[in-house]
Amino acid sequence: MPLSAQGRMSGMTHVLDPDALSDDARALSVPLPPYRDVTRSDSAFRAFLHGLPGVDQVGAEARVAQLGTRSIKTTSKAWAIDTAISMVDLTTLEGADTPGKVRSLAAKAKSPDPTDPTCPRVAAVCVYGDLAGVAREALGDSGVHVAAVATAFPSGRASRAVKLADVRDAVQNGADEIDMVIDRGAFLSGRYLEVYEEIVAVKEACGDAHLKVILETGELVTLDNVRRASWIAMLAGGDFIKTSTGKVSPAATLPVGLVMLEAVRDFRAATGRQIGFKPAGGIRTTKDAIKHLVLINETVGPDWLHADWFRFGASSLLNDLLLQRQKLRTGHYSGPDHVTVD
Amino acid sequence: MIGNDRLAVRKTYKLYVNGTFPRSESGRTYEVSDAKGHFLANAAWASRKDARDAVVAARGAFAKWSAATAYNRGQVLYRVAEVMEGRHAQFCEEVAAGEGLSASKARAAVDAAIDRWVWYAGWTDKLAAVLGGANPVAGPYFDFSTPEPTGVVAVLAPQQSSLLGLVSVLAPVLATGNTAVVVTSKERPLPAVTLGEVLATSDVPGGVVNLLTGDAEELGTWLAEHADVDAIDLTGAPANRAMEFEREAAGTIKRVLRPPAAEPDWTADPGLARMTPFLETKTVWHPIGL
Repeated sequence: MPLSAQGRMSGMTHVLDPDALSDDARALSVPLPPYRDVTRSDSAFRAFLHGLPGVDQVGAEARVAQLGTRSIKTTSKAWAIDTAISMVDLTTLEGADTPGKVRSLAAKAKSPDPTDPTCPRVAAVCVYGDLAGVAREALGDSGVHVAAVATAFPSGRASRAVKLADVRDAVQNGADEIDMVIDRGAFLSGRYLEVYEEIVAVKEACGDAHLKVILETGELVTLDNVRRASWIAMLAGGDFIKTSTGKVSPAATLPVGLVMLEAVRDFRAATGRQIGFKPAGGIRTTKDAIKHLVLINETVGPDWLHADWFRFGASSLLNDLLLQRQKLRTGHYSGPDHVTVD
Repeated sequence: MIGNDRLAVRKTYKLYVNGTFPRSESGRTYEVSDAKGHFLANAAWASRKDARDAVVAARGAFAKWSAATAYNRGQVLYRVAEVMEGRHAQFCEEVAAGEGLSASKARAAVDAAIDRWVWYAGWTDKLAAVLGGANPVAGPYFDFSTPEPTGVVAVLAPQQSSLLGLVSVLAPVLATGNTAVVVTSKERPLPAVTLGEVLATSDVPGGVVNLLTGDAEELGTWLAEHADVDAIDLTGAPANRAMEFEREAAGTIKRVLRPPAAEPDWTADPGLARMTPFLETKTVWHPIGL
């Protein structure tokens, strides 16, 4: 059920009419109707978030287990593999990253399977902010986006000024997508408005760059918290909500994906604004990727089956997709010697 | 007295892949009968996807197994022979039932199989001396060649000799440092199933040996074409398909061990003929006199 019932909140008394404000930053911080006044105060925001319907964890697990048994074969599988490749955010987030590694990753992003020109390119290359310039230069006008992680990724433990500087730096270096982490410490101690305001500030610092908000669901403990964090990120103006940094286990599990997809579905139903979804971390096989595609199709529908609205944050996934693609093309099993090592 | 009252324990055996015993991904099983046609047990009927998983397991195990010292590999293989000895009676029963041998002939076959395993275990640290060596070259170099394992070897095990034949094709692959994906005899898979249990309870790392009970004709083509298999032993391939498998194997330049015209007498001295096909020679030129 869409959360249109939440619309009743708009009937509450306004202490302050946000439309009357002229200050841009303040205007940005006001959520879309019908949620204009939920961020009015800490207590109102808490009441709203805790008023979201609870998640039936067992039901969510059963639902994804059932969807995971779908058999996707032959032409559907070929379509799914190509679609999944076009949705990959090819990621390298290691302390040992070098400009050379980013360049080779960029080359792979532009042409994932050099033996087959019909293989689609990936959606983006995801790197640390200081290497965004290298990625931008290597990718040129190929159409592959440059995503950079920022805001003291992966822990998010830095002062806001540092986080915002981190974001501006990444954008300046050429990133057109920013992957930020939320302040889980603030979230878990119930300071929701602080989390919200930080996302608003980061969104502003992003300028034209797309903002993906990483919830780090592995640290949020419950699915109820995942739903709340998703709403905070969407209300604050995030363009994408993303499960994880990939540095914490568990990362992108299917039940978490289901809850987040329900959140973006409900948000669009209520506000008309479509938010993207990006699972990241732990998706290593074609089978996992296809399960996610099935989950999208069955939860939010085909509107989201496009790289503009759905991404896989992954590194090793791409090689498995390519091996499966080669298997479909040649009719025999391929091996790791037939894809690039990265 | 109790024996007559017991319920029969019916057996449905599983595959041995990556050190574990999974059912076939396909869910298929088939009935195994003794030489007289009486039901013995159900065996898993491996599919192409089981073969795929087995190759992934064998590839994963290769780095460690091939890098183990020859001495260590010999010890591990010898330990397999020890555990086989403990299962002697079970092997005798299965070989006798499956091959229709008398008890004494079955015992002789099992004895020979265990002896064969020990014999190959002894070869691990002697091969380099026999097949490699220092090469006299016309220059200030110390030049030497050593045999190195080829990689993942697919083995289509003999269809007739269910234990001695199996050991005779599997042990040389392992002794030389390769990892193996074995398709067992289709009609007589039970000694291979027991060998899997032996391997699981000895020191052989998971994935080094993967045993698929099923049809060599069905699986052979997938293994021959598989780009991550480095060599294939066609001993148990159906006579009318062996040529085709060899052609498919050529697509990814595999080493191929051709099948004999008829199954050989496995009790004969094997020599080195089954080890050398799965070795590559590495030659090193080392400057001297500087």
